[in-house]
Amino acid sequence: MAVGLPRRTLLQRLDLAAHEAAPAALTLVLVLVSCLPALVPGQPGLLPSALPASVFFWTLYRPRLMAPPAVFCLGLVQDLLSGAPLGVNTLLLLLLHAAVLTQRRVLARQSFLIVWVAFALLAAALLSLGWVLRSLLAFTLLPLMPALVELGLILALYPAFSWMFVRVERSLAAP
Amino acid sequence: MIRVSVPVRQAIARLVLPLLIAASFGLMLVGKADTVIAERARIALSDLLVPVYAVLSRPVGAVHDAVEAVRALANLHAENARLREENARLRRWHDVAMALEAENLALRAVLNAPAEPTPGFITARVVADTGTTYARSVLLSTGPRHAVTKGQVALDQSGLVGRVSEVGSRSARILLVTDINSRIPVQIERTGARAILAGTNGPAPRLQHWSEGQQPQPGDRVVTSAQAGAFPAGLPVGTVRTGPGGVIEVELAADLNRLTFVRLHDFGLSGILPPEQVVPPRRRGGG
Repeated sequence: MAVGLPRRTLLQRLDLAAHEAAPAALTLVLVLVSCLPALVPGQPGLLPSALPASVFFWTLYRPRLMAPPAVFCLGLVQDLLSGAPLGVNTLLLLLLHAAVLTQRRVLARQSFLIVWVAFALLAAALLSLGWVLRSLLAFTLLPLMPALVELGLILALYPAFSWMFVRVERSLAAP
Repeated sequence: MIRVSVPVRQAIARLVLPLLIAASFGLMLVGKADTVIAERARIALSDLLVPVYAVLSRPVGAVHDAVEAVRALANLHAENARLREENARLRRWHDVAMALEAENLALRAVLNAPAEPTPGFITARVVADTGTTYARSVLLSTGPRHAVTKGQVALDQSGLVGRVSEVGSRSARILLVTDINSRIPVQIERTGARAILAGTNGPAPRLQHWSEGQQPQPGDRVVTSAQAGAFPAGLPVGTVRTGPGGVIEVELAADLNRLTFVRLHDFGLSGILPPEQVVPPRRRGGG
């Protein structure tokens, strides 16, 4: 805090904390909601969590609000909740975070379409890595088809998530 | 709060990401080497979340029920005709069953054979479908004082669903038969041939390792086998069908897409051999 600024009141500090926690909290809610049964009947386990889209979006536009510890915790919750091998999601999401951080300055100024294509490339690379890691951890070749379906769904749902995150981001930016 | 200079703070910030990436690899190793810790962590999270899910799943269930009700209204007439026909058929079967039961009792009395005990069961609500592309399981809300134990068999109204794999203080996780780690001893009802039902993470698990010369035929009914002492014999599983690429699959009798309630049966089977009977595998040289 700069010296010249007046001390913030408790309410102001609470408000600030709420602003800073909003992206991670919103993502956590999306992860939890994706596990509700009967949400997408006939598609169990295929509803991809909003995690990759969220980590990508917030790292790109508000990296301070999606810090590595938050990314790690979100990945861990997803791993624990799904009963899948621990650590895979945390690693993939942290790599996504790191990759976006390196390209941030270029990517943040591009149009939505280019950003979407960049997300598609990154998501494809990460999901392939995830498939390899999970196959290694399970000591067997996992079926490829469900992974491709998951990738397709994640890419197809990105515009919807992006639309929602843009709304949230604007409300955060407003004083 | 400890005040540190800006360069130090920046250095720490730069270190966090590599450290957390290393921690992820550590988690993978820990999860693979010590499954107890991973299981405890999962149980703790499920116990924490199940009350939330129990509340959240109600409105979702209500919307779902409303949609179903409207759909049911639309084909009320056809449904009624179908049910009448089915009722007539079931009435005939009812007579047959009554006659058979009487005959069975009479024969048991003659042979002095004790009747098989009817296993007790608990009904639990499925509150979260935690399935992903790589693992298939559901979370149950069991209430604080429950009698659910690890290894219990879970069925929906028409067939086998899976087994209880983790039990917390108010939650339980069922590993579905479609999960890639699920292996269940089954037998073909027609021939009595034994096989293993192996999950693939897909909708239809595969049959493996059947007795030689007794290949399952499409349309055969599959039931559980008591072979490994893990399952009681004769629980309905599904019917054999030929999947893509000529793979022998089982179309499950249970509807895993719409699990709302499951019955948990305790058949009093230990599931695995007691520890003193398990002979540790001999270590191979160098391994």
